[in-house]
Amino acid sequence: MATLTLNAVSKSFDKTQVIRGVDLAVAHGEFVVFVGPSGCGKSTLLRIVAGLETPTSGEVRIDDTIVNQVGAADRGCAMVFQSYALYPHMSVYANMAFGLENIDIPKAEIAQKVNEAAKLLKLDALLQRKPTQLSGGQRQRVAIGRAIVRDPKIFLFDEPLSNLDAELRVSMRSELRELHARLGATMIYVTHDQVEAMTLADRIVVLKDGKIEQVGTPKALYESPCNAFVAGFIGSPRMNFLATAWVQKNAPVLLENCAAGSSLGIRPEHLQLAREDEGFAATIASVEYLGGSNLLHATLDDGTRIEALLDGATPLARGACIHLRFDPMKSHHFDATGVRV
Amino acid sequence: MTSIIKFLTNTRGKNSLHWTDWLSYGYLMIGLFTMFAPVVWLVASSFKSESSISRFPPTFFPYTQKTVQVIGHEKPLPLFNVAQPGEPPKEMAQIRRIGIMATMVDPAKPTETLQININQRKPVDEIKAATENYTDIFKKFTFGKYLWNSVFITVIATLLTLLINSMAAFALSKYKFTGQKAVFLLIIATLMIPPTIILVPLFLVINSVGLLNNLWGVILPAIATPTGVFLLRQYMLTIPDEMLEAARMDHASEWRIYWKIVLPLAAPALAVLAIFSVMWRWNDFLLPLIVLSKSEFFTLQLALNSFQGELNTQWHYLLAMTVITLIPITLVFAFLQKYITSGIASAGVK
Repeated sequence: MATLTLNAVSKSFDKTQVIRGVDLAVAHGEFVVFVGPSGCGKSTLLRIVAGLETPTSGEVRIDDTIVNQVGAADRGCAMVFQSYALYPHMSVYANMAFGLENIDIPKAEIAQKVNEAAKLLKLDALLQRKPTQLSGGQRQRVAIGRAIVRDPKIFLFDEPLSNLDAELRVSMRSELRELHARLGATMIYVTHDQVEAMTLADRIVVLKDGKIEQVGTPKALYESPCNAFVAGFIGSPRMNFLATAWVQKNAPVLLENCAAGSSLGIRPEHLQLAREDEGFAATIASVEYLGGSNLLHATLDDGTRIEALLDGATPLARGACIHLRFDPMKSHHFDATGVRV
Repeated sequence: MTSIIKFLTNTRGKNSLHWTDWLSYGYLMIGLFTMFAPVVWLVASSFKSESSISRFPPTFFPYTQKTVQVIGHEKPLPLFNVAQPGEPPKEMAQIRRIGIMATMVDPAKPTETLQININQRKPVDEIKAATENYTDIFKKFTFGKYLWNSVFITVIATLLTLLINSMAAFALSKYKFTGQKAVFLLIIATLMIPPTIILVPLFLVINSVGLLNNLWGVILPAIATPTGVFLLRQYMLTIPDEMLEAARMDHASEWRIYWKIVLPLAAPALAVLAIFSVMWRWNDFLLPLIVLSKSEFFTLQLALNSFQGELNTQWHYLLAMTVITLIPITLVFAFLQKYITSGIASAGVK
């Protein structure tokens, strides 16, 4: 069993507050992803969990024990760093064995554990190589292997895929997912890439300016974001925000609360081409052909730019005027402060 | 080997020599000559016998006069080429010489002696390396003792220098604490004080702790060097913090991080400092001079100095000693120089 609880955790560097009172509970075996724009404090939060930073206030509990005063080594967490942080002068085997040697485990047991992990990660042929002789994906696996051999309570990943090329990233993503299913361990994963977050997470924690905006399953975040920031951050391409006043005037939708400054969020994939007598008009600014679909950039008559994901077969020309409609049930209404109505 | 030759014979001109080839090779030759010729001369001269060193005009190779054993004479006699008017030149041995007349004997007829004017004879020379210069300094003098003193001081001081400076550099580069900058500046600031200024206080301290005429009196004051701390700190700054954090998460103690991660990764900088330290300690003269006054504690440099007498200097021994003194430094350079250029820390982190 390994659970993690954060109670009102905050962190300041000198006068800058990076984390502002974060509360979070992570259950055993859960895959939780911290996601947010750069500078939102997600890495700092992970480092606080790891014990590499101490929180200014609040408490960190692992399995109901407050670990604020416990050093990084004794918390039972293992971390995979963005740069992998492999020891360049040691072989792959020595890299993976280092953590076990430090806690005086007998040599035979170390060999067994390392070999098991190497087999799991398909590294068995590379054990005698130095990190410099490995490709990016292999280094990544060594870094994960180094974490696995220690049998940690919690795995911590700090943007581990950001140094890999796009193709490798996709395959490593599914490998990570499988690994989590096989080990059944609690994992916390930091990324700025919302696609990674959506595909990997059991639950996503969206952070902004050191505060949690929303915690939920990928589906929950996508379907009912609690505010405009989460709505805009989760989902690709980004959600469109239209002023409700404009919508009332141009599109026949009934909205209850149309206070000034409130907006209506519509995902690009929920916009559809319409006949001329329904929906609203827009001028095509550019079209990106994606094969199965077209990503349309269009301008409304008040100058708002919107994006729409349309069927790839639809012929679209730049400068043409089209009509778009949307399903009001799939749109999201936000008030002037960005909170969902 | 072929690549070395290819590199050394690189030219800009493809078929004939370009004028820049002449210029650069000429420049390099001048440099080679001015720097290497004195060393070659030193080594060649160290194999000359006492008389051959003082002869005029000087020769590059160690020429010595041939001698011959003649019946009726205990010691071997020097050989000369004698050219008497009306007779073919022949080799004769000299028994004695008075003024400008020399008493000579033909080694084939040891009973007949001749009086010859010294202008009529020329010495018969042969190239002979006087290796006894080298063997004698070990036999006649306590040269082995001096060598041991020098080696002991150099090796121990270098090891301690590497240990102490790297620990200081590790703390200054990888830990954040109040006053970190101040401590670093303080260490660097000591570079501005010339060693000669602290020589007298240093002597007083060494004297009061009873380390005069003790090799540790030379070792201990020298092991903490600002240059070494600076050099290692700058290098250690390039070791990514994430690697140390990874080690910390791997249950490594701070000492283990230093010993197993930082030290191996700082190897290129350590090699540079080791070369410096060996040179400093081996060539050091002033500090041993004031600390070690008894001849049994002399280092090689002190021994060389004491060998230069006020009235009489035995150059052939002095030169042989100098050559031996040069060997360790040369070896250190030959074997450690490859570390200077290679950096391995950047390799593991993308």
